[in-house]
Amino acid sequence: MNSTNPTNPTNPINSVWTRWKIERESQIRSLKLTVYTLSRSPLSVIGFCFVLVFLVIALIGPWIITYPGDVTGAIHMDQKLRAPSSRHPFGTDEVGRDIYSRVIIGTRLSLQIGLIIIFVAMGIGVPLGIIAGYFGGWVNEIIMRITDIFLSIPGLLLALAIVGALGPGIKNAMLALSIVWWPGYVRLVQGKTLSLREESFVEAAKSIGASKMRIVFNHILPNCTSPIIVKASMDMGMAILFAANLGFIGVGAQPPIPEWGAMISTGRNYLPDHWWMATFPGLGILITVLGFNLLGDGLRDVLDPQSRI
Amino acid sequence: MEPLLEIKDLKIEFDTFEGVSHVLKGIYLTLGRGDTLGLVGETGCGKSITAKAILRLLPIPPARIVSGEILFEGEDLLKKSEEEMKKIRGRRIAMVFQDPMTFLNPLFTIEEQLVDVILAHERGDGPGLQGERLNRKRAVQKAIELLSEVKIPQPEMRIKSYPHEFSGGMRQRVLIAMALSSSPQILIADEPTTALDVTIQAQILHLIRDLVQTHGHSVLLVSHDLGVVARVCKRIAVMYAGIIVESCSTAQLFRRPYHPYTKGLLNSILTFSKREGEAQVIKGMIPDLIQPPPGCRFHPRCLEAMGVCEKEEPRIQEIEEGHWVSCHLYKSPSSPSVSSRTDFSKGGCGEISKLFFSYG
Amino acid sequence: MDEMIARLLELKNLKKYFPLKKGIFKGGDGYVRAVDGISFFIKEGNSFGLVGESGSGKTTVARTILRLIEPTEGEILWGGKDICKFSESGMKELRKNMQMIFQDPHSSLNPRKTVFKSVAEPLTIHEGMRGRKLREGVEELLEIVGLKREHMFRYPHELSGGQKQRVGIARALSLHPKLLILDEPTSALDVSVQAQMLNFLESLQKKMSLTYLFISHNLAVIRYACDTVAVMYLGRIIEMGETECIFSSPRHPYTKALVSAVPLPQAEQPDKIVLLEGDIPSATHIPSGCRFHTRCPEKIGAICEEDEPTTRYFSDGSQVDCHLYQ
Repeated sequence: MNSTNPTNPTNPINSVWTRWKIERESQIRSLKLTVYTLSRSPLSVIGFCFVLVFLVIALIGPWIITYPGDVTGAIHMDQKLRAPSSRHPFGTDEVGRDIYSRVIIGTRLSLQIGLIIIFVAMGIGVPLGIIAGYFGGWVNEIIMRITDIFLSIPGLLLALAIVGALGPGIKNAMLALSIVWWPGYVRLVQGKTLSLREESFVEAAKSIGASKMRIVFNHILPNCTSPIIVKASMDMGMAILFAANLGFIGVGAQPPIPEWGAMISTGRNYLPDHWWMATFPGLGILITVLGFNLLGDGLRDVLDPQSRI
Repeated sequence: MEPLLEIKDLKIEFDTFEGVSHVLKGIYLTLGRGDTLGLVGETGCGKSITAKAILRLLPIPPARIVSGEILFEGEDLLKKSEEEMKKIRGRRIAMVFQDPMTFLNPLFTIEEQLVDVILAHERGDGPGLQGERLNRKRAVQKAIELLSEVKIPQPEMRIKSYPHEFSGGMRQRVLIAMALSSSPQILIADEPTTALDVTIQAQILHLIRDLVQTHGHSVLLVSHDLGVVARVCKRIAVMYAGIIVESCSTAQLFRRPYHPYTKGLLNSILTFSKREGEAQVIKGMIPDLIQPPPGCRFHPRCLEAMGVCEKEEPRIQEIEEGHWVSCHLYKSPSSPSVSSRTDFSKGGCGEISKLFFSYG
Repeated sequence: MDEMIARLLELKNLKKYFPLKKGIFKGGDGYVRAVDGISFFIKEGNSFGLVGESGSGKTTVARTILRLIEPTEGEILWGGKDICKFSESGMKELRKNMQMIFQDPHSSLNPRKTVFKSVAEPLTIHEGMRGRKLREGVEELLEIVGLKREHMFRYPHELSGGQKQRVGIARALSLHPKLLILDEPTSALDVSVQAQMLNFLESLQKKMSLTYLFISHNLAVIRYACDTVAVMYLGRIIEMGETECIFSSPRHPYTKALVSAVPLPQAEQPDKIVLLEGDIPSATHIPSGCRFHTRCPEKIGAICEEDEPTTRYFSDGSQVDCHLYQ
């Protein structure tokens, strides 16, 4: 180690690690503060737990299911419509598939769906929002008016229309929902950029000779992350819900994909006698959406208190 | 004569993420009838908290009143219920804050807001809607009178304006009018001119002085600006890190300050006078109130600190008539123990020995 | 010729008008005349103070000099050349020479950037420094402003107002500018620390051969720190000269009012001070003639309402714009 750590010359061996620790000291401290504040709100803690359970199950899903074949389309007509038992904790569906395994894998599926929708929406919406907010003028007008058009149509209807045009299927559903979601990010980021643009530090950046691009990516974008994180965490739940809605209607995931909405759709026909077919996927949606909403609320109070309505 | 307002040994703590902050550590203040008292200190010394505590405006939690009394006309305000406090706030004790815009509702005209306040006071309960029409005309008349008292030109016309149509100075005048509408006994002003321009500030301070002379309110003026306080107040109390370090008349403070912090402060502030050399600096920084220094809170920065200063907290004592100091350097003449600094046999004790001799 | 070289910065009849949207305001000519014809110069090594209340236009002047706002009219001469005509690349070069310390230290630092990143930015942009060299450069700057290495990786919210101010100064000094514009450098600081900051700025000036332009509404700060002062009112300079002369014997009635309005922390308080009537007029409806006549306690008469006073120069180098001295 040739380079000596100027902050700790007596400990050259640990210099890289020490340096990293010192550099991140402040961030670690503010992380601790965030965790502490979040933990003070019981609802946020509940939300966090739900989300944690969701993520863990999504991750380890394939290893804890009992009938992997049922997920992909195996049919056991002799097992059909069995009530919850020790072999099938959530019962079986109308073609004998184990609902427990399908719900667990459905978790993984929902996570994928949610993440893809949110990331695509952010990927389109955030840059557009910053550009609109920072450059103003007719660029802003064009972007915001297009955004307004999209926002004026109720999300689910718009998604339905797009899927209707493209044809049913999980991929088209995700595409449709991404298109529904990105305008929200444009609005959010454009507003935040407008207010950040007037801040002293942006002026300071100009006065030291920073180019517009630098200001946008180096100064404005990092300050937008808080509201974006808050919105994304709330949106995860809602995106999963919307995807389930589309699946429920029948234009989202197609059988035999174990998507929760599709499962409820079929299960609906078997209520109330064979209640387990619709209930367990429904519970999955409930816990997931509730968890993300509560967590998002809590995060908002910590990260971005001014946006509270 | 019994003082109008007396704060005795007020201790307040605040719960924060890093721990418990001991923001006020035994405040003693008195305000007599017709008195003008300036509460002066730097950021974080607790002066605003003291002012808000009088009217019980502190959020509890995270604030916590540990002990002490705030006696208003002999009654302890800390023991009163919220209902009783509502009858005092704005009526017998009124407060004016720093930023007038946030205290005026932008959706209502000045007339509506002033009349609301006036009627509320006359009715003896909170602002509301019932029984207004009967007294409205009288209330509007009174509102116009109040506006002309605070020297707003053409009050009959200006009263119909909205807050945003007024300048900062005018808005502050409106707030002062509101505060004085019920003829309170005490007016508390928390940095009332900090947000205003210099010439406007001069107008407002002049107005406050005039009103005090005409109506005889008592005034507690909280400010970080010694010049502002000197212009309006006859007595000044200096605060540092949650304690009152010195309290005396304005003349006494500037001519003969006793506490090392006060001396340091006076030497370090910029005065608008011909510059003579460099201003001096009080070394060190304002202490962390979560783990304040033991003993006297100022001792780490004090040039005259002694051994006892880090062990024992000094108590506030009257060392001259009307001059109270919280410092181990000085002992009250009536106190039985003698400070180690004084030695009557040696003539070179200067002012400290003079104190004792003059009191016999 | 020597005179010209010594003038580091010179403004000639600088104007900045902000247009108002038509139809919202009735009357006036639809412009906020924030800066309405300013001319002054600053000699190298000097400390120049621009003093005024809200609406005086002093902050706009500062921003226009740096071309953060484009002037409407007039010339800004740097070493004799008009920088209003500089291109983008010319301005980038110029930025190395002229820097600004912003008013509110709490918002002039990017809350998401560590001290290191904020101070390093100018060096990264202009000199392309990186790695160890960059780190050493930043350390040196922090040392100059009296901050310790342990502050380097802190975020702004963990620093006090004074420390944030120093970070801003370190950032401004990184490119070795010749001129520093200081916009209310002490207004966010505690009273006992203000003088300390000004002392520090003075020693810095000597050490690094800087020229200062102070912008403030606080007369005590200007009197302490500046050799020359210009008093602004509603976009014009109404009096200018050596600080001590102007403040000890002001000529213009506005300056007199300003001086007497400063509250003095002393036992003896003046019996009578000059109190101005009413509010500062809005910059959209600037009074005709002498713009101060609506509040002037020494108004002569119709001449003040109709004619704008011309500048009268005195032998001691001061000047005043007032009919009393025509």
